[in-house]
Amino acid sequence: MIRHLLSGADPDLATATQILDTAAEMATVAGREVKKLPALRGRTVVNLFYEDSTRTRISFEAAAKRLSADVINFSAKGSSVTKGESLKDTALTLQAMGADAVVVRHPASGAPHRLADWVDGSVVNAGDGTHEHPTQALLDAYTMRSRLGRLAGLHVAIVGDVLHSRVARSNVLLLSTLGAKVTLVGPPTLIPVDIAAALAPGTLVSYDLDAVLPNADVVMMLRVQRERMNDSYFPSAREYARRYGLDGPRMRRLPDHAIVMHPGPMNRGMEITPEVADSPRSTIVEQVANGVSVRMAVLYLLLGGNNL
Amino acid sequence: MTSYLIKGVSVVGAAPTDLLVRDGVVAQTGSGLTAPDATVLDATGLVALPGLVDLHTHLREPGREDAETVESGSRAAALGGYTAVCAMANTSPVADTAGVVEQVWRLGREAGLVDVQPIGAVTVGLAGERLAELGAMADSAAQVRIFSDDGHCVADPRLMRRALEYVKAFDGIIAQHAEEPRLTEGAQMHEGEVSTRLGLTGWPAVAEEAIIARDVLLAEHVGSRLHVCHVSTAGSVEVLRQAKARGVRVTAEVTPHHLLLTDEVVSGRSELASPALANNWSPVAAYDPVYKVNPPLRTATDVAALRAALAEGVIDVVATDHAPHAVEDKECEWAYARPGMLGLETALSIALDVLGPEWDLIAERMSRTPARIAGLDGHGLDPAPGVPANLTLVDPAARRVVEPAELASRSRNTPYARMTLPGRIVATFLRGEPTVLDGKAVK
Repeated sequence: MIRHLLSGADPDLATATQILDTAAEMATVAGREVKKLPALRGRTVVNLFYEDSTRTRISFEAAAKRLSADVINFSAKGSSVTKGESLKDTALTLQAMGADAVVVRHPASGAPHRLADWVDGSVVNAGDGTHEHPTQALLDAYTMRSRLGRLAGLHVAIVGDVLHSRVARSNVLLLSTLGAKVTLVGPPTLIPVDIAAALAPGTLVSYDLDAVLPNADVVMMLRVQRERMNDSYFPSAREYARRYGLDGPRMRRLPDHAIVMHPGPMNRGMEITPEVADSPRSTIVEQVANGVSVRMAVLYLLLGGNNL
Repeated sequence: MTSYLIKGVSVVGAAPTDLLVRDGVVAQTGSGLTAPDATVLDATGLVALPGLVDLHTHLREPGREDAETVESGSRAAALGGYTAVCAMANTSPVADTAGVVEQVWRLGREAGLVDVQPIGAVTVGLAGERLAELGAMADSAAQVRIFSDDGHCVADPRLMRRALEYVKAFDGIIAQHAEEPRLTEGAQMHEGEVSTRLGLTGWPAVAEEAIIARDVLLAEHVGSRLHVCHVSTAGSVEVLRQAKARGVRVTAEVTPHHLLLTDEVVSGRSELASPALANNWSPVAAYDPVYKVNPPLRTATDVAALRAALAEGVIDVVATDHAPHAVEDKECEWAYARPGMLGLETALSIALDVLGPEWDLIAERMSRTPARIAGLDGHGLDPAPGVPANLTLVDPAARRVVEPAELASRSRNTPYARMTLPGRIVATFLRGEPTVLDGKAVK
């Protein structure tokens, strides 16, 4: 097993499959009356969040608690961080407290990589800047596999602000390992340069959502941040929605079996309409539930769990 | 004043000879010299170069004396074979008045290890809004001739035009940090495959090339001298090549690190441009800010173009952009780290690796031409009878391992930590006085 989970590229096919299979076992716990396993009793998991992300933090917290780990939440607000403590000093503090795993969310790309140099425990990247968010990619893969029965050979369209998306980067890397084909769709201003060479050869790019939809098994809509709207990436929110938003008529161009995903939180009416978000094709709520199972699997395997 | 008899030295690669250094000048050259009163240095196997001249040094004083002082930077320079350095203006306070440039100049004189020639800011506070009192700095004791907002680009074309024109009155030169600011907002590294993979905001090559293209046209239009700092892209080389062919009075520098390192090192995939050095490169961690620098490390294609341009003369000068930073400004997240790396103590080794033992070319790119651009009389002159004894002795056969803790600089941010580099500075003389002997600073 790998020591840290920093990137969607870290797990090889066998490890990724092991994580997804373990997550499936973890999911059965959620159906029990007592949703708790003793697997990580006595182990300490620190949630180190330099960005507000209630959803991701709660998901990791629930995952660690269901495995009976001791959970410490360390959020940047109201902590030593706002008093100017450096990441390194925070890392040494956590190290001294005996953290077995540090789950880190940080606005600077690469911060988890720096952290991994400074602590002995496992580091889980819970989203770094505009870089990666590997557990999101794992839960997305888990959701696809649950709905469609396989990952190899699937055609996944990832639509929107790929340039600033950590979800997109991790998904491209992991899906490539798992044998799926990815097409990135968005306005040229929001597709990063040399993306296929940078991440996974064979990754396709299209600027035409309508052309991609009939051949997609999965459409993953990315959130468009409000701050992009005043920075000339596209002329207006309405134009973006017209060209790259997923609405009912577009959804009906998809094959019957295709699913619609979104990592949340959604801008309803921007990249996705309520009709699509609330349709049976939508896996958005499932993704949240699967997130806990997948993060349980990641923590369990990173911290050396062998038997459930 | 002690005299020195340097025995058996190869002057800029020529057949071994003796040099007698007396009263601040090279008194005599030739085989079999004797001088009973002189201290004899056996320089068998060593090469004498005119003392190196750096057009681009950050000495950090006043303001960041924790990172470097004029004295510590001067010592690092002497150990690197330099006898003169041009101190950039982005100190705190900014060197935008006669008072600050005179202070830096005076500190340099007091340290007495190299000639410290202050560079003056082009605009007040480096803010890019109105011209600093360039004439007052030129007329000051520091006799400033090079003006630069380095760290910032003089982006306003009208202001740049005026600056280029204005300094003609005292034969000044504007050294431009070519970076279109709107194209590099939030930029963290070279825009390309690696920035995409690492999720770091890209610094596109065109942001440099567009400014150089504009500035050579402005310099041509007003008939002024332009110097381009730290050229980093293949496209910039082409712009310069065309401008020079047209006769534009433009000169350009390249840093040692842009001649050696590529953007791949940011990802932790160690790919040096130099096969000779690749063997002793140890894998590094991803996102290590020691490799964060502005302009950023570029691609292998750019490195190859810069090397060719340096050999050919399209790029005139190797300048270090020696940029010391305190540990806490580098031991942090990539995005929060300050850009820049040390260079003075390793520049000649990198040049040796890049250019080979082409001593005349090295003397041209690292001493004669920069001295001429900066207008430093007495520097950049090959050791010959009657010439001021500003010279350095290099052992080309030696190898040295770079240990950050052993550097004379107050900072430790060398990108070459624990690498074995070719060549070693054995001695440096400033106006006949040794500043370095046996590879050690004399004071």
